[in-house]
Amino acid sequence: MIKKTDVVIIGGGVNGCSLAYNLAKRGIDVTLFEKKYLSSGATGACGAGIRQQWSTKENALLAIESVKIFEKLSRELDEDIEFRQGGYLIMVHDEEEMKQAEKNVSMQRSLGLKVDILEPDEINDIVPILDVKGINAVGATFCPSDGHANPFKTTFAYANAARKLGAKLYTHTTVNKIRVKDGTVVGVSTDKGFIKTSVVVNAAGVWSRDIARLTGVKLPNVPFRKEIMATERFKLLFEAMVISFKDGIYFSQQREGQIVGGIPIPGEKSGYKTMPTFAFLQHMAKTLTRYAPVLKHVNMLRHWTGFYDVTPDARPILGETPGIKGFIQCNGFSGHGFMISPMVTKILTEYIVDGRTSDILEKLSLNRFKGKKIDREMSVVG
Amino acid sequence: MVKKKIIVCRCEDLTLEDVEKAIDEGYIDLEELRKKLRIGMGPCQGRVCLPIVMKILERKTGKKIPKESLPKARPPIIPVPLGTLASEEK
Ligand SMILES: Cc1cc2nc3c(=O)[nH]c(=O)nc-3n(C[C@H](O)[C@H](O)[C@H](O)COP(=O)(O)OP(=O)(O)OC[C@H]3O[C@@H](n4cnc5c(N)ncnc54)[C@H](O)[C@@H]3O)c2cc1C
Ligand code: FES
Repeated sequence: MIKKTDVVIIGGGVNGCSLAYNLAKRGIDVTLFEKKYLSSGATGACGAGIRQQWSTKENALLAIESVKIFEKLSRELDEDIEFRQGGYLIMVHDEEEMKQAEKNVSMQRSLGLKVDILEPDEINDIVPILDVKGINAVGATFCPSDGHANPFKTTFAYANAARKLGAKLYTHTTVNKIRVKDGTVVGVSTDKGFIKTSVVVNAAGVWSRDIARLTGVKLPNVPFRKEIMATERFKLLFEAMVISFKDGIYFSQQREGQIVGGIPIPGEKSGYKTMPTFAFLQHMAKTLTRYAPVLKHVNMLRHWTGFYDVTPDARPILGETPGIKGFIQCNGFSGHGFMISPMVTKILTEYIVDGRTSDILEKLSLNRFKGKKIDREMSVVG
Repeated sequence: MVKKKIIVCRCEDLTLEDVEKAIDEGYIDLEELRKKLRIGMGPCQGRVCLPIVMKILERKTGKKIPKESLPKARPPIIPVPLGTLASEEK
């Protein structure tokens, strides 16, 4: 292993690999460590959805700017990441939800997003198989430029492009110590040896709080287990991702024809347990066939678990750690770390290379949890 | 041998040529290879193709892959209609 580098990234998920690419593109000597294989964390369990319809301005902005990058990413990285824009259809079930939806839509429109509020009889124009009455929909919001991309292909494409630019990516290599001297990062120890560096990025997903603890820093992140399933493939019936905050369900039909979707199990608590449960399968099947009765004949094929890395306000922690120069946080992504990764890593690159900070970076710093009122993201599913 | 015609994963319709090409591109980690090509994500969950893919990878890289590193099939072990699953929730 090499002896020194400008920047160490801990974690080979979509965020770590994207950051490695962006830094390498700016001529930075960057080294990434991944304890298993690339995309082995949350990225490999991801539902692939890309949504710009959020309730907090920071999340909406991050997603809107990310979509602009996703639109050109296959060409930029010279590999197809299977980005498709079929839109997101968010079901609205009652007056109270409609009020929140109207508020969200007006904020989103102020950022330049094209998004509509649909009447119940317009819903089937977007997704014909939905039983609008059966799910008591009083309306929906729809943004046609939302969509999905392949998380594996995106991560591998970033990694391949980063390597071509000289970045070093070590898989099956675990970081076990961060050396800090006089409040400044000086190096990182792994199970394969020590490397000198003045910048370390904590992009270790649900393990980020363990990484932070190596320096004595406490992150407020907690792991939440999530289950997700895929059906067999069949002919394309709809293009939009369907979600409901009330029922917690999300599902879409991917390009190859399978439906991928998830839902929280009622009463599920935070923790690290990984075995998939039958309770999830039943609850998912029941809710999905209530939404789209024709799907009752479709076979469920596979089912897997992953973890959301959840912060108290369901928004990520980004930027330099107060008190430790050179220790950068890039975690706490809950259920939306894939869709905002292009913009998140762009902002962090500007900070690391140019020392440039931004309004978003200030708002999402670890500092925000110190005694202030937090602005919680409301539009969360899964 | 016509590598284009030798099917390795029949669920995902992948040939020997597809698999060897990905390995040549650098996907030499069984898991990364699997995810790149969707090997084992079909109805049989890889029971048919994974042992074969493992052999191809071992042959090309000259490295033995421990049996335990094969991914396990996930529930439901056989495909089940959503309607059947739904009718069982109390
Ligand atoms: C079921 C499910 C569905 C989801 N659906 C969506 C969706 O539709 N849209 C969306 O945008 N997001 C979704 N998400 C969230 C998204 O997948 C994550 O936010 C995102 O993938 C996080 O990427 P990451 O690179 O930050 O972290 P990860 O992908 O978790 O990567 C972190 C990596 O760090 C490595 N690591 C940990 N500790 C060490 C160490 N000590 N040394 C070296 N390496 C280490 C891990 O092995 C891991 O590979 C979903 C998540 C789940 C679980
Ligand atoms: S043959 Fe490969 S998944 Fe079935």
